Amino acid sequence: MHSMILSTATRYLLPLLLMFSIFLLLRGHNEPGGGFTGGLVAAAALVLYGLALGLRSARQLLGIDPRMLIYVGLLTAVVSGLLGLLSGQVFMTGLWSTQTLPVIGKLGTPLLFDVGVYLVVIGVTLTIIFALMENETDSKTGSLKEE
Amino acid sequence: MNIFVLLPILIPLITTIGVLLARQRPRLRRNLSLGGAGLLLIIAVELLVLVWRDGIQVIQVGEWAAPFGITLVADLFSAMMVLLAALMGLGVIIYSQATAEQRAEHFGYSALLHFILMGVNGAFLTGDMFNLYVWFELLLIASFVLLVLGGRRDQLEGTFKYVAINLFGSILFLVAVGILYGVAGTLNMADLADQLNSLPSGLVTTLAMLFLVAFGIKAGAFPLFFWLPASYHTAPAALLALFAGLMTKVGVYALVRVFTLFFTQDTGYTHTLILIIAGFTMVTGVLGAVAQTEFRKLLSFHIISQIGYLLMGLGLFTTAALGGAVYFMVHVILAKSALFLVGGIIYKLRGTYNLKQLGGLSILYPGLALLFLIPALSLAGIPPLSGFWAKFALVQAGLAAEQYVIVAVSLGVSLLTLFSMTKIWAEVFWKDQPGKETPVQAISFIPHQAGVSMLLPVGVLAAILVVIGLLAEPLVNLSLLVAGQLLNPADYIETVLGGVL
Repeated sequence: MHSMILSTATRYLLPLLLMFSIFLLLRGHNEPGGGFTGGLVAAAALVLYGLALGLRSARQLLGIDPRMLIYVGLLTAVVSGLLGLLSGQVFMTGLWSTQTLPVIGKLGTPLLFDVGVYLVVIGVTLTIIFALMENETDSKTGSLKEE
Repeated sequence: MNIFVLLPILIPLITTIGVLLARQRPRLRRNLSLGGAGLLLIIAVELLVLVWRDGIQVIQVGEWAAPFGITLVADLFSAMMVLLAALMGLGVIIYSQATAEQRAEHFGYSALLHFILMGVNGAFLTGDMFNLYVWFELLLIASFVLLVLGGRRDQLEGTFKYVAINLFGSILFLVAVGILYGVAGTLNMADLADQLNSLPSGLVTTLAMLFLVAFGIKAGAFPLFFWLPASYHTAPAALLALFAGLMTKVGVYALVRVFTLFFTQDTGYTHTLILIIAGFTMVTGVLGAVAQTEFRKLLSFHIISQIGYLLMGLGLFTTAALGGAVYFMVHVILAKSALFLVGGIIYKLRGTYNLKQLGGLSILYPGLALLFLIPALSLAGIPPLSGFWAKFALVQAGLAAEQYVIVAVSLGVSLLTLFSMTKIWAEVFWKDQPGKETPVQAISFIPHQAGVSMLLPVGVLAAILVVIGLLAEPLVNLSLLVAGQLLNPADYIETVLGGVL
């Protein structure tokens, strides 16, 4: 099923959604938002792309196996906790930079942890949904062959 | 520096990630997995030594002070359980090198094993009820996936029962945690011990019952055990060794923790109830076992029966009884897992777990028969093996507490345990294999086709069982120390809260 309206709209929506997800991620440690919601929005954007233009193009757009995002995200989260440990404090202690950046605000290990969560959420969601979409296309082609 | 309290959780997590990242490279993956498990064992030994020497260790994660932050606590009981988990983890991971199928590995078998170890260690080390719930969930989810790997029909059926009843237990647990928070305003275990004293005891007892049911499901206690034999018998032996050794014991650990630390207002009611449950658990478990003719099913029922002994120690609620239960915990984890691992070797040799189709192994492989006999007799409680001392301590404590009924029950169940073990012995090892000629001499002492990676863990477990049986005193003393610490939680509370209140 190919819809001209959906695929055209998706081309404009995708960058907007991705930017919104980054926005949610960056404000998350101080205000409503965060890695989890940000990750869900980003994953939703990619799933929308997959629905409009096909699973293959969505995978191509992502470039890597979504499972890899899970592993890298987990690693990032662990590292964010370890940084506190390495600086001689307790595991998971929040470390903050002294300077503030425009838009983002203060940088710190909680943000890094959120980035880890962000990647894990994208990875998990896409792994599941892509697998489901794959099954759907498989069963469709399967039934076509039978006919 | 109490970094050792954190490492038993962190190392399996990092190993999990490493194993996942290396999934395309089997050699690297295997080395990482073995290395991670080995390192965990070393850390666990260090932790136990540290706690033994310097007392209870606490870490306030992220420097958020208790009772507000996440607290990790290692007292002697926790440290001992972490050590057992690490030992079983390493054993099962070595053993799995020979048995894990390529397909299962593709779906992350070793990564999930490490993930379970992380969950188990987290549950042992946490000082917070909500975190206990989270760790329970983590290890349960990993175990769901592991049970279903392979995707056979009977596996799906078994796993469904396991998932359904365990999720129900989790919901109950979460509800109880919520009510507890509403009532006491805190979930930090040490803080709870303080707060619950000022509440009406009827309310606290009601909460205690909710937790008793939730943990009872996880531990496989009467009458909530039925999911266990219905689901365990479909999994491969290596996994079963880990599940039998650790999963139900996490439930028992949680029961012991909450019923020694803060649900102690009305011990006349709660602990007597636990004692009654203990008796029924023992009896139903062993009766179920006697009726089985499948190796894994028989042993699954045995798990339940042994849980009864652990609960008996908790129910009697004296230092001697709890010490006995702690010693029993060490013994039963080692013995039970060793038996499942032997079952796996037999499966590798003969391709079946059905007792009726097996036979003749004592003549063909005397060494394997010996490896079975040590944990089997130990479980039945034959002196001088570890099971004897464990049961002896419990019976003695029961007599001292004048609870003659439970003592009689435990002795009777012991006899039936021996009966069911001789049943396996007679069917698998002694009788002739059906439809085959009686072999006249051994093929070899040990079955070489099982390979070092299968035989080594079983051998080591059997050796430990013999050692803690023959030289029982150090472990008995340690168990009594553990029990003493559990029954006098003032030190625990003081260390965690650090004089905040």
